[in-house]
Amino acid sequence: MITPLYLIFYFFSALAVFSGVMVIASGSAMRSVLFLVLTFFSMSALWLLLNAEFLALILVLVYVGAVMTLFLFVLMMLRTSAMRWREGLARYLPWIGLLVLMLIGVLAMILTKEPVSLIMFRVLPVAADYNNLADLGSVLYTSYVYPFELAAVILLMAMVAAIALTRTPAAFSKTQNPHQQMAVKVRDRLKLIKDGDTQ
Amino acid sequence: MIPESYFLFVSALLFGLGVAGIIINRKNLITVLMSIELILLSVNTNFITFSYFLHNTVGQVFVFFILTVAAAEAAIGLAILVILFRERGNIEVDQLNTLRG
Repeated sequence: MITPLYLIFYFFSALAVFSGVMVIASGSAMRSVLFLVLTFFSMSALWLLLNAEFLALILVLVYVGAVMTLFLFVLMMLRTSAMRWREGLARYLPWIGLLVLMLIGVLAMILTKEPVSLIMFRVLPVAADYNNLADLGSVLYTSYVYPFELAAVILLMAMVAAIALTRTPAAFSKTQNPHQQMAVKVRDRLKLIKDGDTQ
Repeated sequence: MIPESYFLFVSALLFGLGVAGIIINRKNLITVLMSIELILLSVNTNFITFSYFLHNTVGQVFVFFILTVAAAEAAIGLAILVILFRERGNIEVDQLNTLRG
């Protein structure tokens, strides 16, 4: 049964898987970042199908808009040479393929096995006035308010850490040295001279 | 409605691609970071799928937190990459042998 919903799903999941392959297989890091952006876009379309509008938009705005831009900026600064990822690939490729196939196979087996199948969940039709943002907010700001604030602290910590790590002390800027300021003595600053002493 | 095993299968594929990307591109740190982003994306998709099919918003709250932590991780990881590049002139994993363990 092909409905428009299925068409949208197939289109965007195929796009996500294709661009995911290109992320790991394209030769240059810059191309990988751009394909990762495409993956994020198509997965956010899938999230929209799952009624997670807020998170889908957050994925595009924060992830594509901020994190991927950060990746691009860092790539521009790093001046990476062409990746040499094909070295030794032939030796590892069978094992990689085996590992990934086993991983996907196990996951697919679990998902389609009858006793633990989750396919039987009945999806209730969503009310016309369903508001994902209000729904999410009513949980996030009540039961999860402390984790929410912890997340804010994590972001602050990440910001401070990133600035502190990458900051170079400017060589010619005039800054105060509190240690020297505190250690100063009166005789360093004040010289008493006799009146009439021409010195 | 699309059954959730479809969504979970796409998510499993992305997870496998992320793991394969870490193994294939382990010479290049920035691609490893991108593969980790792929893995986190697939985990988030799992959370959202179960949140939708179990009628439970808590899954989306967890996606929110995972996105926060992943953004922090990307910021600090890229900062470390920048200072690594500044110190050594390249970010080849093979040449990071200062600490001989």
